Amino acid sequence: MSGQSTYVPSSAIGRWFESRLPIMGLMHSSFVAYPVPRNLNYWWTFGAILSFMLVAQIVTGIVLAMHYTPHVDFAFNSVEHIMRDVNWGWLIRYTHANGASMFFVAVYLHMLRGLYYGSYKAPREVLWILGVIIYLLMMATGFMGYVLPWGQMSFWGATVITNLFSAIPLVGDAITTWLWGGYSVDNPTLNRFFSLHYLLPFMIAAVVGLHVWALHVVGQNNPAGVEVKNVERDTIPFTPYATLKDAFGLVCFLIFYAWFVFYTPNFLGHADNYIEANPLVTPAHIVPEWYYLPFYAILRAIPSKLGGVVAMFGAIAILAFLPWLDTSRVKSAAFRPVYKVFFWVFVMACLGLGYLGSQPPDGGYVIAARILTAYYFGFFIIIMPLLGLFEKTKPVPATIADAILAKNGAAAQSHS
Amino acid sequence: MASAPTVEPTRRDMLFIATGAAAVVGTGAAIWPFISQMNPDASTLALASTEVDISSISEGGILTVKWRGKPVFVRHRTKKEIDDAAAAKVDTLPDPQTDSARVKKPEWLVVVGVCTHLGCVPLGNQGSFSGWFCPCHGSDYDTSGRIRSGPAPRNLEVPAYSFISDTKIQIG
Repeated sequence: MSGQSTYVPSSAIGRWFESRLPIMGLMHSSFVAYPVPRNLNYWWTFGAILSFMLVAQIVTGIVLAMHYTPHVDFAFNSVEHIMRDVNWGWLIRYTHANGASMFFVAVYLHMLRGLYYGSYKAPREVLWILGVIIYLLMMATGFMGYVLPWGQMSFWGATVITNLFSAIPLVGDAITTWLWGGYSVDNPTLNRFFSLHYLLPFMIAAVVGLHVWALHVVGQNNPAGVEVKNVERDTIPFTPYATLKDAFGLVCFLIFYAWFVFYTPNFLGHADNYIEANPLVTPAHIVPEWYYLPFYAILRAIPSKLGGVVAMFGAIAILAFLPWLDTSRVKSAAFRPVYKVFFWVFVMACLGLGYLGSQPPDGGYVIAARILTAYYFGFFIIIMPLLGLFEKTKPVPATIADAILAKNGAAAQSHS
Repeated sequence: MASAPTVEPTRRDMLFIATGAAAVVGTGAAIWPFISQMNPDASTLALASTEVDISSISEGGILTVKWRGKPVFVRHRTKKEIDDAAAAKVDTLPDPQTDSARVKKPEWLVVVGVCTHLGCVPLGNQGSFSGWFCPCHGSDYDTSGRIRSGPAPRNLEVPAYSFISDTKIQIG
């Protein structure tokens, strides 16, 4: 994109430094002068919110690691030690545990925003795939983090999820043993999960760097789904416009987050995780964290061990192929009346799968899960490719400026 | 935006300052727990005092006990050691302090066993003054635990302690 920074430091020291390491100019061109489409709505603030959440999780996580002991004999008690003894430990742990949930709330809204406005379509395929990779890393990180308190749900969640790999033909059992470092989830497993739980967020941060880089190469999508044609007419500078909009969105999000932390910190967790891990007794009803529930429902909907595992991982992997499954030439659902309906049904199907994942796997629940699983895959494999060929779309505005004028009419013109 | 110079503060100025002030206070409040968490926690503070049975220390003996993770020397001083400590000319000492100000009962000296130079543990009954000698950098302490020569700037610290009975003290 055009709109390159013409940043010149005002001080002599600044100019001396800039000619040797132009980092201030990079910051200026990325977060100050960077042109953003004029018509971005609040769904576009989740990128900044997610960046904040990643930093918040890393900061609270580093603090928790100062007080936590990754050993089967001490892990559970060290978490209680954090809750009761460490200064502000309760706050930091609840901030981290609920932060994981808030991270997923934000990432799901961010993904649905992309799905609705066609943000995965050319030229943003690489940007989208990097996002899918971040999502996968987030899931791995969240899963391993949930194991660390070494409660009953930690232990049995770890057992169930690692056993997924035993479904792989021929080498499945060997891989599972390798993951465990033994013949069951035990101290070696806890130790490596702690190590990886500390590592993965930094890998996420690295991929986020690529994600932002790719974003700044192709520019942001926008609610109209048309590319920037004239920087003067179609964009505004990132600072102050996007900065303040992001800040306001973040504050609203933090109120929502703080409400969980201070008023119902265990609502999103499971009571059984306050019982120390017992390898001899499985709790009556194992459920993963809420953000995995739709995939858990897909796993249980398929009446075959290998099939269920393939479907579950496939449900995530298919997202990476979205740029080529969607054949429509129109990006934004605002101009795709039929897609819009299928999109909202898809959202309902995901919520439905989430509910079914939390219920016992029998009777009508399984049948419902099969129907919704069929829709989940059908949405990507059948509806997306065919809809692009047959849907009659609404006229798309020629430029972002036209889209704003069409929406706000003459009122907008009087400002210019 | 209109750029006419205004002397009166505008509503925008007011909102800008109020928002900034709230952000500063909020950030400070959010940062504080992350600093405070590195201070000793409740379980550490709960171990801040310890009881020591001193009946087994014979005259001339030194018992080393652990208090707050550090060694504390409890020394049952002989008559000679008490006299030596009392005889020192206070105003010539690097860290002037009378022996009587450092003990509750003359025969019992209680000091933290950490050299005031750089934190090593001095060796008992050694050095030119037969008090303690620090092997790390050669600080010499007398039988009152006062620094006499070497790089250490201060006398061995006397912890807060009290006699619970004739044979038992509580440190901390």
